[in-house]
Amino acid sequence: MALFTFDKKRYPVQTNVSLVVTLLLLIAFPFIASQFGNSWVRIMDIALLYIMLALGLNIVVGFAGLLDLGYIAFYAIGAYTAGLLASPQFADVLQSFVDTYPTLGHFLVSVSGPDITQHGIHLTIWVIVPLSAFIAALFGALLGAPTLKLRGDYLAIVTLGFGEIIRIFMNNLNAPVNITNGPQGINLIDPIHVFGISLAGAPGSGSMVKFLGFSMPSVNAYYFLFLLLCIGVIFFSTRLQDSRLGRAWVAIREDEIAAKAMGINTRNVKLLAFAMGASFGGIAGAMFGSFQGFVSPESFSLTESIAVLAMVVLGGIGHIPGVVLGGVILAALPEILRHVVEPLQMSLFGKVWIDAEVLRQLLYGLAMVVIMLTRPAGLWPSPKHEDRPEADHPHGEPAADVVKA
Amino acid sequence: MSNTLLKIADVSKRFGGLQALSGVSLKIDEGQIYGLIGPNGAGKTTFFNVITGLYQPDTGSFELAGKPYSPSAPHAVAKAGIARTFQNIRLFGDMTVLENVMVGCHVRTKQTLLGAVLRHKAARDEEAAIRKKSQQLLDFVGIGKFASRTARHLSYGDQRRLEIARALATEPQLLALDEPAAGMNATEKLGLRELLVKIQAEGKTVLLIEHDVKLMMGLCDRLTVLDYGKPIAEGVPADIQKNPAVIEAYLGASH
Repeated sequence: MALFTFDKKRYPVQTNVSLVVTLLLLIAFPFIASQFGNSWVRIMDIALLYIMLALGLNIVVGFAGLLDLGYIAFYAIGAYTAGLLASPQFADVLQSFVDTYPTLGHFLVSVSGPDITQHGIHLTIWVIVPLSAFIAALFGALLGAPTLKLRGDYLAIVTLGFGEIIRIFMNNLNAPVNITNGPQGINLIDPIHVFGISLAGAPGSGSMVKFLGFSMPSVNAYYFLFLLLCIGVIFFSTRLQDSRLGRAWVAIREDEIAAKAMGINTRNVKLLAFAMGASFGGIAGAMFGSFQGFVSPESFSLTESIAVLAMVVLGGIGHIPGVVLGGVILAALPEILRHVVEPLQMSLFGKVWIDAEVLRQLLYGLAMVVIMLTRPAGLWPSPKHEDRPEADHPHGEPAADVVKA
Repeated sequence: MSNTLLKIADVSKRFGGLQALSGVSLKIDEGQIYGLIGPNGAGKTTFFNVITGLYQPDTGSFELAGKPYSPSAPHAVAKAGIARTFQNIRLFGDMTVLENVMVGCHVRTKQTLLGAVLRHKAARDEEAAIRKKSQQLLDFVGIGKFASRTARHLSYGDQRRLEIARALATEPQLLALDEPAAGMNATEKLGLRELLVKIQAEGKTVLLIEHDVKLMMGLCDRLTVLDYGKPIAEGVPADIQKNPAVIEAYLGASH
């Protein structure tokens, strides 16, 4: 009997209890953790962003079985969407157009109006989130389209290339016209405002956010926003999984030819998987940009793509709770190491023998090897029915529930 | 009874230097069980793959229920009303038995992203209908009690039945079965035969490839015999059995 489970089909009551308990723990977490400084909550903020990414990638890799090694590109696209549309950067872009192509530049300036020309574009979160999701989805479909006939290794190589192309574009789009500000990245991205309250805290308040009479550190406010978005992404994912569309994705993963023969338009359904996965990445990216206040191409390297893929695979490919677990572990691990390893070594040996970053890579590799040897389906894989044949019909009535449902 | 359901004329397909099919024509009436036989390598499966859109033919005209259809993409063929099974079983192995059949319902249902996320009434109703229909189909082919098993853990004969149930879920006018009895023992073959007769009684038309000549002679209303990509005989089983060209193809010229 599982007390803590998310297997809703078999244990609906326990699942609901588990969900409520988890939610309560997650809500309580920042209030407890912030007693020990902001860094623990900040770690969780980043972990929540990675969970969103991992869940997005899970749609592509876990559900539809399309190995995507360039997924971080959509995170980048989301982040740069926020960077361009919620910072003074757009004013520089216009200025750069005026300097390089005066005719086009002056036309753009006259279209944009004096406010944008001076201060750039500053959209609110209500526009940024759907817009970044949409733009990322568009790119997801665009980058997915040429790969439709590819499978396995070949697909992985092409998507890897696409991921790098996006990063290199971000790195080089500062000439002839400066759009992304090149390797320096985009600075001064607006903090997120929700109902007029800045999540970065009012000026002079020491990054404290006042909300309904409460006062909490900025990282806590972001924590709750990201938690909410995460819950939204999980909700989307579960609903998609248990739908006609989700079944079509899994069918393609299991046997593409049979899926086609059953009347599934594999082209459209695959593109939809790419687009859906990318849109989650785009939202996470926009949040990342606004949270950091700064984006630059180096945050979106291949190792990040691999890290997100590792979260999906290590957690339990295709299984939403598993992917969330993988995201938490792999996103929090390096930060925790950074906070623990070096001070520990300092106090034990008086000097740092192993750099936290080195240790992180060592542990990443080790974890992957050990997981693949001992739990190839991931730490928390989808429940398998044949593991316990007697549990096929938990109430002893053969398949009666299926007919009723 | 004798409305023509499938009319295929002059299908040719070439793989490099090999003329796999040359000038194959076929006419299947509604409600028939139609057999396609021939020695190994005669082009039966190639023909199947051509009419279901997996291979592109070099020539040929295709008509289903009086309307021309283009076998340009498998999913379009399924939508037009031809469902198939595969010689080497192609199930969605990690999905449950019920889910396999539910995938088959895909082509006749239409809820997509919005319905999946919002789960409004139309989406819930459709999902319930899919579930109900799939369970009924499983009961129909006789594996209803395995609905929540993982597909790959079914016995061989039951996997064949599941493939048929999944194909029926697409509500086909023509059910095309590629060697459904391959690898079955005598009892399983008998069961399959009963199932096919039951499907015919439901008003479905069946196109069947099979090696087991005995099974085919007893089951099919009409047969076409292929050899080296060419049709060498067509007719009712009794005539086919006596046809010298067929005997030669199967047993060699000296007989």
